[in-house]
Amino acid sequence: MSTTTTAVPEKLWSGGKSPFKVEYGKLMMWYFLMSDAFTFGAFLIAYGTTRFATNGWPNPNEVFKSYPFAGENANAPLVFVSIMTFILIISSVTMVLAVQAGQQMNKNKVVINLILTILGGAAFLSCQAWEWNHLFHEGAWWGRNPFLNADGTASTTNFTNFFFTITGFHGFHVFSGVIINIIMLIMTLTDKFEKRGHYLMIEKAGLYWHFVDLVWVFVFTCFYLI
Amino acid sequence: MEHTADAEHHGGGTKEVIKLTFILSIPTVIELALGFAMMGMEQGSSLKLAIKGTIVILMMAKAFYIVGYFMHLKHEVKNLIMTIVVPLLLFVWFITAFLSDGNSFKNLKNTYDPHKKELSTQKVEKKEEVKETKTEEKKKAVE
Repeated sequence: MSTTTTAVPEKLWSGGKSPFKVEYGKLMMWYFLMSDAFTFGAFLIAYGTTRFATNGWPNPNEVFKSYPFAGENANAPLVFVSIMTFILIISSVTMVLAVQAGQQMNKNKVVINLILTILGGAAFLSCQAWEWNHLFHEGAWWGRNPFLNADGTASTTNFTNFFFTITGFHGFHVFSGVIINIIMLIMTLTDKFEKRGHYLMIEKAGLYWHFVDLVWVFVFTCFYLI
Repeated sequence: MEHTADAEHHGGGTKEVIKLTFILSIPTVIELALGFAMMGMEQGSSLKLAIKGTIVILMMAKAFYIVGYFMHLKHEVKNLIMTIVVPLLLFVWFITAFLSDGNSFKNLKNTYDPHKKELSTQKVEKKEEVKETKTEEKKKAVE
């Protein structure tokens, strides 16, 4: 690959060939993801600005300390969210394997890895649904914040507003990703890609899925760790 | 069929995928370990800030590997890399400008609105009790 680009670097823009060497759909997926990155970036920067402009802030280790079937007095900060993080990393890995299987025109392997990716996405969404439900029953929602600041002073609703908006927007992306992957699975099973002679569509769905994982890296760090 | 030849050339295969899984998992584990180490520390201490900085660096490293290898951007044509990466450089300015703006706003408020500052230093004591009675009420309702 690198040898072909270095051999004809100045001729890339001389016309008659694709200067980016990717097909239209993939390039447009990249541009869409770039715009999406700005949307998420705007959300996270707004969150950061508000946090920098506020005197106190709740301690995430006191807010996110529960896990399913734990009961009232659970005190396990970071545990549940690290499980969610690893679920998303693993589903990203199975997506890479699906893309590679598609490049090798190996239909069965594509199907298996797509199913694993869908299961990973569904598992992540279930975890998030549980967490939202748990926080809701603790009294947290948009406009309601039952948690105190780390130093014991009263907190504002900014904390819950940003948390639910940003993780909700990310969860919506995961949900769309699962739907896209289900469509990819159906198209693979009905031999759409075999007839086309390539699995490029899986690569585009893969780009989207990895982007969802990428955003989670930032959301996870900004809300649960820092 | 040129495409499959290309894919084999830079796709890496299962071995590289396993390697990448570790490259992504290890920083995550380190981040979590740092997160646990941070718990007992005093709010706003310099060591805590240093750990937070380390976590951000690890986050950027993970982002680089996801975009570069999982999303394959590192193996695309340089022109394509530039159209994606150069616009995203705006974030450097966004983050610097907005975070320092937030910080300055906080300082201004604390200087010129002492009443609000005093309010923000008052600890809430009653709220705990209210919360407890609320959960008790809930329990009773469930029973």
